[in-house]
Amino acid sequence: MAITSPEERIWWNERIERGELIWIAIAFCWGIIMFSMMVYWHIEGNQNFSNEAYRISPKVFEQRTEEFTKKFTVREDENTGYPVAKPPAGGDVYMLARLWEWWPMLELEKGQTYRLHLSSLDWQHGFSLQPIGINLQVHPGIEHVVTLTPTQSGTFGVICNEFCGQGHHQMVGRINVVEPGKSQ
Amino acid sequence: MSIATAETGIMGGIAAKFRTCPATGLKVDLAAQSLIKANAVAAVVFLLVGGVFGLMVALTRWPAVHLLPSDWFYLVLTAHGLDVLLLWIIFFEMAVLYFASSVLLNCRLAAPKVAWAAFGLMLFGGLMTNVAVLQGDSSVMFTSYVPMKAEPHFYLGLILFAVGALLGTIVFFGTLVIAKEEQTYEGSVPLVTFGAIVAAIIAVFTLASGAIILVPTFLWSVGYISHIDSVMYKVIWWGMGHSSQQINMAAQVSIWYAIAAITVGAKPLSEKVSRTAFFLYILFLQLASAHHLLVEPGLSAEWRIFNTSYALYLAVLGSMIHGMTLPGAIEAAQRRNGYMNGVFEWLRKAPWGNPAFSGMFLSLTLFGFLGGISGVVLGTEQINLMLHNTIYVPGHFHATVVCGTTLAFMAMTYLVLPLIFQREVIWPKLAKIQPYLFGLGAAGISLFMMGAGTLGVSRRHWDITFSDAAVSFDYPATAFLMMGLNGVFAVVASLGGALYILITVGTVLFGKKVDSKNIVAALGPMPQRQVSSAIKEYGSAGTWNLPGTYILVSVFFVSFVLYYFVNWKYLSEIWPLG
Repeated sequence: MAITSPEERIWWNERIERGELIWIAIAFCWGIIMFSMMVYWHIEGNQNFSNEAYRISPKVFEQRTEEFTKKFTVREDENTGYPVAKPPAGGDVYMLARLWEWWPMLELEKGQTYRLHLSSLDWQHGFSLQPIGINLQVHPGIEHVVTLTPTQSGTFGVICNEFCGQGHHQMVGRINVVEPGKSQ
Repeated sequence: MSIATAETGIMGGIAAKFRTCPATGLKVDLAAQSLIKANAVAAVVFLLVGGVFGLMVALTRWPAVHLLPSDWFYLVLTAHGLDVLLLWIIFFEMAVLYFASSVLLNCRLAAPKVAWAAFGLMLFGGLMTNVAVLQGDSSVMFTSYVPMKAEPHFYLGLILFAVGALLGTIVFFGTLVIAKEEQTYEGSVPLVTFGAIVAAIIAVFTLASGAIILVPTFLWSVGYISHIDSVMYKVIWWGMGHSSQQINMAAQVSIWYAIAAITVGAKPLSEKVSRTAFFLYILFLQLASAHHLLVEPGLSAEWRIFNTSYALYLAVLGSMIHGMTLPGAIEAAQRRNGYMNGVFEWLRKAPWGNPAFSGMFLSLTLFGFLGGISGVVLGTEQINLMLHNTIYVPGHFHATVVCGTTLAFMAMTYLVLPLIFQREVIWPKLAKIQPYLFGLGAAGISLFMMGAGTLGVSRRHWDITFSDAAVSFDYPATAFLMMGLNGVFAVVASLGGALYILITVGTVLFGKKVDSKNIVAALGPMPQRQVSSAIKEYGSAGTWNLPGTYILVSVFFVSFVLYYFVNWKYLSEIWPLG
């Protein structure tokens, strides 16, 4: 039994039954397939995590985001007064996380590719674009650059999904996606 | 403790007090027995406390109930993680380590005083961190990601607990050395002890990782260190956080083998295969720190792919092997017990009325189907983009830690009570339904949290209606339904948990004493052995034909493959990014 010492003292020479061997072979091959899928998706797939990241001081990132917002703000959001920045199609976009907001709001064009710069000014936050389902971790001191191509138009929420203190559940941002050449 | 049956004699080279177990004839060192009892009792107390916190969390996340205010919710959620994920599980594992070394190897426990010191440190540390959390200034979640800061005694308590656990592990290794030296067993250690050794080796790695990160974090919290890098913190913290779940993995698989051995007489199909599968855990499980770092900026794709897949899914291979050899061993044993009709008579006529067996089989099945498959999918580099930090993550780990580990430990308790506490389980009828009730509840929470997670619901979040937020966002109505159902099943699981605690405490206090006459009956219903006729028809125990197991693992494999590729399909539909 499994709670007593093996009956055969030289158990490492025992023959392994066929059924067990076949299962081991299947499980091993399945592991190789799953491993290869991740590599394959880097080559052929369109949804991959960006490796582009830089050390940056929170002050500098805040400054850059403010400059970006000043330059591209097209209006203020009616309900909240947040600036809505609409950068040129294909350009660099900034969004910062701080206790407890995502700033500014963004307006992007459908089908265009943007370079989204993300960082936090204080603690860690979680960038969760819903209902699309893209989730990225945002750290203070690291500027993460993600290339993103919206393929649907509409209003999307940026939920913070990394616990960041007592106001965590109030931290919601917004990205609007509009048809090319139009605005909301 | 029954001193009446105890003898003082030479147990190994040193005089020790022991009693002889009426069921197995093993000599049980009374010092080891007391330590097993103390650790098991501490474990159950923390399960009670942490379980109540867990119910409060689930009732708050049930939108229609929304029990706690936000500050209390985050506090209670921090305490829930601490008490059940760390304290309940590690205390129980200490009991398992002493059982698998001293009792199974028929050996006195090395340095019982050190083991008591270990117990004291763990208890003191665990209480200290609990106090820190309950004081209200350390609601940083179990993970305490920097630069969010807790009070210094939050970290200090964890460090003391880890040091205690490390000491206990050293006592375990010491006992192995003594048993070998004094030849208390012949040949190789039993498979269950082998699994416990694997758990202990992983525990050393885990506790070392914990010390490496928590000591500087403690110094940072008191002001001696100015900065802790937030990504580095996570890499090392998860070397403890995820690897400690791998201790559970090794411990629970050992327990599955032990229960199968005791209740139906199962022996491993092949010692070589089962031991190699355990060995794969030592080599590869630690890489799983990466599972929590798949969307962290600054780590390369190569690093993520290699680590998240445990090299080439070699630790998953280990688990898939156990996933076949366990039902296989049970089927082979049951066929030897005489249940040879058809494909599934062995399973139909298994001792389902024995809570140790039913708990073990539910743990095995739910762990494999819900926890194992979801874990591999969640740990796939790109698929993680869709699910990171959603409530899918707690859904997954409740399937592994609650359905898997906790249920396995509960099942084992029904054997520990008669064997170590020497008490007959009170209320056998309630004990019979307890694993089903708890398993149903735990499976429900896991499934509905995973369901809500696929709809984007965030984990660790007080209010999915965002009523206090400046910017509004609406989750689909289905998400609210799922969170409500999660609450309902949390209530079911709590009933199962409460029943477990009542039965356990009641048995320890009021259970009928077990002696040589009723010990076998006290272990619960078991199949009548019809070994001789079965062996004639089936040849030697080594030759076997296990159609039932082949069907079960085929169903498992097909589910795994389908679910895996369905998630790739979902991924291909989200916005392109890179």
